Amino acid sequence: MINIYKVLIRNELLVELQYPLALAIWMLEKLLEPIIYLAVWTSVAVSQGGDVNGLTVADFAAYYIALLLVGHLTQNWHIWTIEWYVREGQLSKYLVRPIHPIHESITNDWIYKLLMMVVILPAMFLLAWLFSPSLQFDFGAILRFIPAICLAGALGFLGGWVVGLSAFWTTRNGTLVQMYFLMMLFFSGRIAPLELLPDFMRQIAFILPFRWIISFPIEVLLGWVAPQDAMVGIGIQFAWVVALILLAIAIWQMSVRRYSAVGG
Amino acid sequence: MFFRLIGLSLKVNALSELEYRANFFLQIIQSALSLVIGIGGIAIIFGHTDSLNGWSANQLLIVIGVYTLIGGVISFIIRPSLGELMQAVRAGTLDFTLLKPQDAQFMVSIKKFAIWQILDIVLGLGIITIGVIQTATTIGIGQIFTFLLMLLAGGIIIYSFWLMLASTAFWLIKVDNILFIFESMYEAGRYPVTIYPTWLQFVLTFFVPIAFAITVPAQALIGQLPIETGILALGIAIAIFILSRLIWIWGLRHYSGASA
Repeated sequence: MINIYKVLIRNELLVELQYPLALAIWMLEKLLEPIIYLAVWTSVAVSQGGDVNGLTVADFAAYYIALLLVGHLTQNWHIWTIEWYVREGQLSKYLVRPIHPIHESITNDWIYKLLMMVVILPAMFLLAWLFSPSLQFDFGAILRFIPAICLAGALGFLGGWVVGLSAFWTTRNGTLVQMYFLMMLFFSGRIAPLELLPDFMRQIAFILPFRWIISFPIEVLLGWVAPQDAMVGIGIQFAWVVALILLAIAIWQMSVRRYSAVGG
Repeated sequence: MFFRLIGLSLKVNALSELEYRANFFLQIIQSALSLVIGIGGIAIIFGHTDSLNGWSANQLLIVIGVYTLIGGVISFIIRPSLGELMQAVRAGTLDFTLLKPQDAQFMVSIKKFAIWQILDIVLGLGIITIGVIQTATTIGIGQIFTFLLMLLAGGIIIYSFWLMLASTAFWLIKVDNILFIFESMYEAGRYPVTIYPTWLQFVLTFFVPIAFAITVPAQALIGQLPIETGILALGIAIAIFILSRLIWIWGLRHYSGASA
């Protein structure tokens, strides 16, 4: 298994490094959304005399800079590629291999995320310089952040896979994918920190898995979550991961049976 | 003459698109999702304040309307036609257009319509109307006139900007990525550019001209447009239109066709 991963990792590295411009563009797209909402909430805080619900301008800056990191580590673009593989019949070549295609997905995911840290970290410093956030990391918070972000990454990955697999039922699942991202925008803490959402939306956000992908790891990292609550949260994240793994296995088995490649 | 050609191109495109009705429903969902992002954002923000850097909720609604309208115009005609142009330059099929007796720039600019995107144009106009009706102050004829003028200027700026980007296809092989930058930057136009930090305002005004396309017309409609900005917008519209025309002609000279 380790050897398989070694080969897959080398392949991915070669593929990613081929297109530096494309990488730069993804970067730009990733930077834009946090900057938009950071600017919005900074304006609101300023007009309210310095803070919104106790969140100051510097807190928003810290939140959205952390969002850049967490958003990057939890994103999943396989949600798009699965559709392409199914529609074009490309999936066949993965199915005939002796390893499950998800392993290739996982490698691709990790290499890309680690590689892009080279760009994400300077971007975070740049934003920190431009927006002067309130940063007071304590060591405990960083320690708790590690399991939180790993589980959040797993959740983001699994969520994307489950939604992406819908491509087996409808060849154009773009709408479903966009709905997924819309829910992510509103209920994960992207458009605003969750405590600023109207009550009914916050209640919905607590039922759905999205907040465990984005807002929870951010709040843990910034030390906004008490240590005991962080442990409970990590437990809930773990439960969601198990649930999604089971769901992904079930859907995968149903989907592959439906798959028929053109000329296959 | 020009209008008849536009009409013909529209008709041809409409007929071919009518075969794919499912696309219409996909477009409805698409437009609805975009609207939810815009309105939902306003709802959350104005739960905490009555003004975003001097803009009221209704004024922001007008911004969302202009964002949807201009976005609709881009994806209705500008992106499909100029996308086709880049394809044609790469494949060498631009010859067919160049042989026609009409002005080539005009012909490539009306080549293709994404018919269902008209939904966004209608929706945008609807949102603007709702925003205007809900704004307590009355809006005079003068404001509507400046609004239309600024909308026209913004449209010309966006079109010329796209034409310049598309014309790079005469020199570069693959320019889709550059256009993708524009598409993702366009998102920032959902909010008035005045809320962004100065450096970003500068980028959104001069590198990716969405300030002139979205924020300036919205300001004109609510009567908060400084006269200098309005004149600047008109001046830039004329200048960039001429510049893009020059680049287009220069690019055409560079074009050698497929068979040559």
